[in-house]
Amino acid sequence: MTIAQFLMIFISAVFVSNVILSRFLGLCSFIAISKETKPALAMSFAVMFVIVMSSAITWFIYRFLLVPFGLEYLRTISFILVIATSVQFVEMVVRKFAPPLYRIFGIYLPLITVNCAVLGVAVLNVDMFFVKGKAVGGSFWYSLFQGVCVGLGYTLAMLLMSGIRERLELCSIPKALKDFPIAFIIASIMSLSFMGFNGFRF
Amino acid sequence: MSNPIREFTKGIIKENPTFVLALGLCPTLAVSVSVVNGIGMSVAATFVLLGSNIIIALIKNLIPERIRIPCYIVVIATFVTIIELLMKAYSPALNRALGIYVPLIVVNCIVLGRAEAFASKNSVLNSVFDALGMGAGFGLALVLISAIRELLGSGKILGVMMFRGFEPMFAIGMPSGALLVIGLLLAFFNLFKKDKA
Amino acid sequence: MTDRLIVAVSPHIHNKETVRKIMWLVSLSLVPAGAAGVIIFGWSAFWVIFWSVITAVVAEGILQVLTKKKVAILDGSAVLTGLLLAYNLPSNVPFWLPIVGSFFAIAIGKQIFGGLGQNIFNPALTGRVFLMACWPKYMTTFVNPGYDAITGATPLAILRHVKTAAQFSYWDIFIGWHGGCIGEVCILALLIGAAFLFVKKYISWHIPITYILTVGLLTFIFGPNGYFSGDWLFHILTGGLILGAFFMATDYVTSPLTYKGQIIFGAGCGVITAVIRLWGGYPEGVSYAILMMNAATPIIDRFTKNRIYGC
Repeated sequence: MTIAQFLMIFISAVFVSNVILSRFLGLCSFIAISKETKPALAMSFAVMFVIVMSSAITWFIYRFLLVPFGLEYLRTISFILVIATSVQFVEMVVRKFAPPLYRIFGIYLPLITVNCAVLGVAVLNVDMFFVKGKAVGGSFWYSLFQGVCVGLGYTLAMLLMSGIRERLELCSIPKALKDFPIAFIIASIMSLSFMGFNGFRF
Repeated sequence: MSNPIREFTKGIIKENPTFVLALGLCPTLAVSVSVVNGIGMSVAATFVLLGSNIIIALIKNLIPERIRIPCYIVVIATFVTIIELLMKAYSPALNRALGIYVPLIVVNCIVLGRAEAFASKNSVLNSVFDALGMGAGFGLALVLISAIRELLGSGKILGVMMFRGFEPMFAIGMPSGALLVIGLLLAFFNLFKKDKA
Repeated sequence: MTDRLIVAVSPHIHNKETVRKIMWLVSLSLVPAGAAGVIIFGWSAFWVIFWSVITAVVAEGILQVLTKKKVAILDGSAVLTGLLLAYNLPSNVPFWLPIVGSFFAIAIGKQIFGGLGQNIFNPALTGRVFLMACWPKYMTTFVNPGYDAITGATPLAILRHVKTAAQFSYWDIFIGWHGGCIGEVCILALLIGAAFLFVKKYISWHIPITYILTVGLLTFIFGPNGYFSGDWLFHILTGGLILGAFFMATDYVTSPLTYKGQIIFGAGCGVITAVIRLWGGYPEGVSYAILMMNAATPIIDRFTKNRIYGC
């Protein structure tokens, strides 16, 4: 566990392999909810929260249940179930104990269950930080940190995109390009510019 | 028999999951680097779609309304696990190329969307044709996108060099190229839609 | 309606005629740098500029006809985009490269957003990073000055690989006698053009000065031999920084409206450029930095000003 490794995870997850612009995870929500800044930010925080939480939970499941019993092939099904139930649980808790918070981002929580970013990060963590079924040193912290960084990358892309799309409302974009197509093309240019961070080394 | 046939054809053009409904774009963009990957992905997704549509159409009356989504997810995840294991066993190269996007079929909006919108309300036979049609539509879209990207990005189709002296545009094979191609294709189909209407 | 009475800082909304005048004058201010590029790298540099500008104008015309807009190919904006793109290319690229890049710049960088004044990203830079991603081989092979066309490397690339670029004197770097992109090498010519724009008040100091100072400061702090040992002057004078800071980051359409926003914009560009130069995989980061900050411009505007949005 070194600072450099954490930095690499950070740069990679936020910029180079940005969860949306490079891995295309969570693309549906990115395109659908990025029309205005406020909901986009609320959604981003909700996604970040769920990703970090599920990174932690799935790490424990994989490390202490699936690996010891040789059940790695149940990874997909167990992860999605755990994610779905914990999201449901969090939604109920938030609704009960923090109604203002629920009004801000609670409505996005059910959507997040089927957000590929969440399951994607859980699977990625397992792919990256388990070598031949064994956890590498500090893999729990790496997983958690990667969850945070992916969430940040998601937030960054959402924030930029929603700002741009708010401005586009007042532009005379050719009709056929309105909404989805232009959003994809903007994402493409953003993805090109994020390539500037390729090949980082410290 | 006209009904099942209509369920089949609607998925290809009128309700094309990719271009018209804009569903399941994550895997579409991620794996469309080459036609082989595109075909592999669409076969895998169609298999899952078919399996889950059949099972859900069969058990639709047994599932309590309130927990239907988790139930669907379990059914879908089961088929995804099956295809993951099959792929690992019979075509490890494809499995490596598709990477995390195979397990991610679980959260592919097309599969869950069809389960919720179609299979839970229709007969098994219709669901089968619906799944096949949607799978074919998804496959066509994937093959179209991946053919464009493979051709421009590496000058090849299915690994065969197409023209001499062409300098491949690497960017089209990169993530940004995927976003660009799908953006332009969606715009192109919008143009088409507008003309028809 | 009361919103309209708020006195806002520049740029105010110009009418068509002034936009046209500004575009042509900015293009004019870029002529010395282009001339210097042709003198330094020979006629091949001229042809790159030629193809780039011609394609930009033709593409603009075609797309304006296709999208049923008024054809305004001589408003100077297409010429400016073509010029800036060419200035960001090496002189020895094949002739089709500026054509593809210029078409991409106009089509995807500009017309898709609705044309002049509505684009989010700087069109020329959009074209450049696309070319960079497509054909890195051509985009990173530079020739040395003179007519013998020996391939060489830019000072920044040399600094990156051998940790020192002592063979270049500051004077050589200042007049542009080294490998690089056509329009970025001759700092003297660029400064003449920039001075002209300052005198005419077409650009303000906020973006370029913050940008350059930030890069200077960061490269000085994180030097190769420990903290506070960097050659900041070298970093300022090499690469595309001067060209980018004065002529591309200052683009009205794609940079923030308020001075406060512009300072944030400049500093952001500076940080990203320095980070890419010091630790990134590419020797140069100006175009990426400006594009990333272009993407952030609507958000910066949102948090730095209190007037309604205008495109």
